Amino acid sequence: MKRFPKYIKLGMVSSMLLILSACSDSDNDLPEVTPPPTPEPVIYSFEVSVTNLTYAQPLSPIAVVLHDEGNLFSLGETASEALEIMAEGGDNSELLALSVALATGSSEDVLMPGTSTMVEVMIEDMMPSNISLATMLVNTNDAFTGVNARSIADLAVGESISLLTSSYDAGTEANSEMMGTIPGQADGGEGYNAERDDVLDMVTMHSGVVSVDDGLTSSVLTQAHKFDNPTMRVVITRTQ
Amino acid sequence: MKGKLLTLSALMALSPLTMAQQLEVTVTNLTNGIHYTPLVVTAHTDAVSLFTLGESASAELQAMAEGGDISGLVTVLGDASADVVENPAGGLLAPAASTTAMLDTDDANMYLSVAGMMLPTNDGFVALNSWPIPTEAGTYTVYLNAYDAGTEANDEIINGGGASGTPGIPVAPGGDGGTGATGVTSTEANEMVHVHRGALGDDDPAGGKSDLDNTVHRWLNPVAKVTVVVM
Repeated sequence: MKRFPKYIKLGMVSSMLLILSACSDSDNDLPEVTPPPTPEPVIYSFEVSVTNLTYAQPLSPIAVVLHDEGNLFSLGETASEALEIMAEGGDNSELLALSVALATGSSEDVLMPGTSTMVEVMIEDMMPSNISLATMLVNTNDAFTGVNARSIADLAVGESISLLTSSYDAGTEANSEMMGTIPGQADGGEGYNAERDDVLDMVTMHSGVVSVDDGLTSSVLTQAHKFDNPTMRVVITRTQ
Repeated sequence: MKGKLLTLSALMALSPLTMAQQLEVTVTNLTNGIHYTPLVVTAHTDAVSLFTLGESASAELQAMAEGGDISGLVTVLGDASADVVENPAGGLLAPAASTTAMLDTDDANMYLSVAGMMLPTNDGFVALNSWPIPTEAGTYTVYLNAYDAGTEANDEIINGGGASGTPGIPVAPGGDGGTGATGVTSTEANEMVHVHRGALGDDDPAGGKSDLDNTVHRWLNPVAKVTVVVM
């Protein structure tokens, strides 16, 4: 939205030029030739409202990506390094830099349980086909939730899509729940580590955290960190 | 008169209510550490179903849920003129793996069902139950939950027990099961087919209550994705 006033100014300048050229033509009898108007850039704008539905799993800054092709993740396939970096440490910068991204947005802060935030994302001159979201459940080894290439091609201005999301396991780090392995407040441990030591180096549904209260003696997590699906509510509204 | 009959049969062939269909059914195992035994994929009428939630499992469902044996279900479905594909994966469907079954359905078989046992569990199974097959061509996605047949106590002891009525879990196909568990429970209070409450597991591979690993063999719903392409 920051750049929006620029377009208004540009539009004003071009209409003034039109008036000026019309004046200069008024002295002769030649038929008036109106130059083709400078096309106004068409803006497609989306508001993405996100609510954290968990009890004690803050969500890392929400990455929002508009794209025509590709996926941020695919169930049953190996996670990209960009996804691994987000899912293990909450850093979404590599996801936002993906080459398929036509436009991106991100919330600034960690989204605490029970709270909501809004991310705005906009693009000029082309209606994007898909929207994707991704965010880490920070009191886990490599759990994340999100929206995977949801079609918005037919979304009219003012229309919304409401979704409840499930949680996934990036498959890039073992769910040891051990001290030093979890970046969230529950541990303050390590985030991204390039080593892949999960039982399965593939994206699957997350099986939930076990916690010390539910039989994993070495876990730094407690019953408070358990979660079930869905973990996030998402409302995508096309505003322009 | 002849022309009229032809028109009528042409109309019947177009009627969406009783149209034979071609389906491509892809099942993806979404879990971290649970294998699925050979799946049964079937299109059938509304006169038959694999199970009803809140009712007792049939002996055929029990055999599938406790030991992965789908032969009884296939026989029942065959008797009901269902279209059946057995074991499209050619064995176990591993975590994160997919398998595809092609199904040519007969006129009246307008419901799709899929089922397979979840290993390692006592009598847990994944299922799609009598899903109405859309008449319109397209690609449809359904997410499946895990069910408990209600026929065996979830003791979580891996002892090779797969026959109906035999306690215990046949095997942990990932080779990641434990031994020497004392058992999580010896009773099955809800003897009806119900939504599985999930596995407990423990962190002691050589003892404890459970032979399951609590960081590997738990799950949350949904546990499978079914993509149906109606041709």
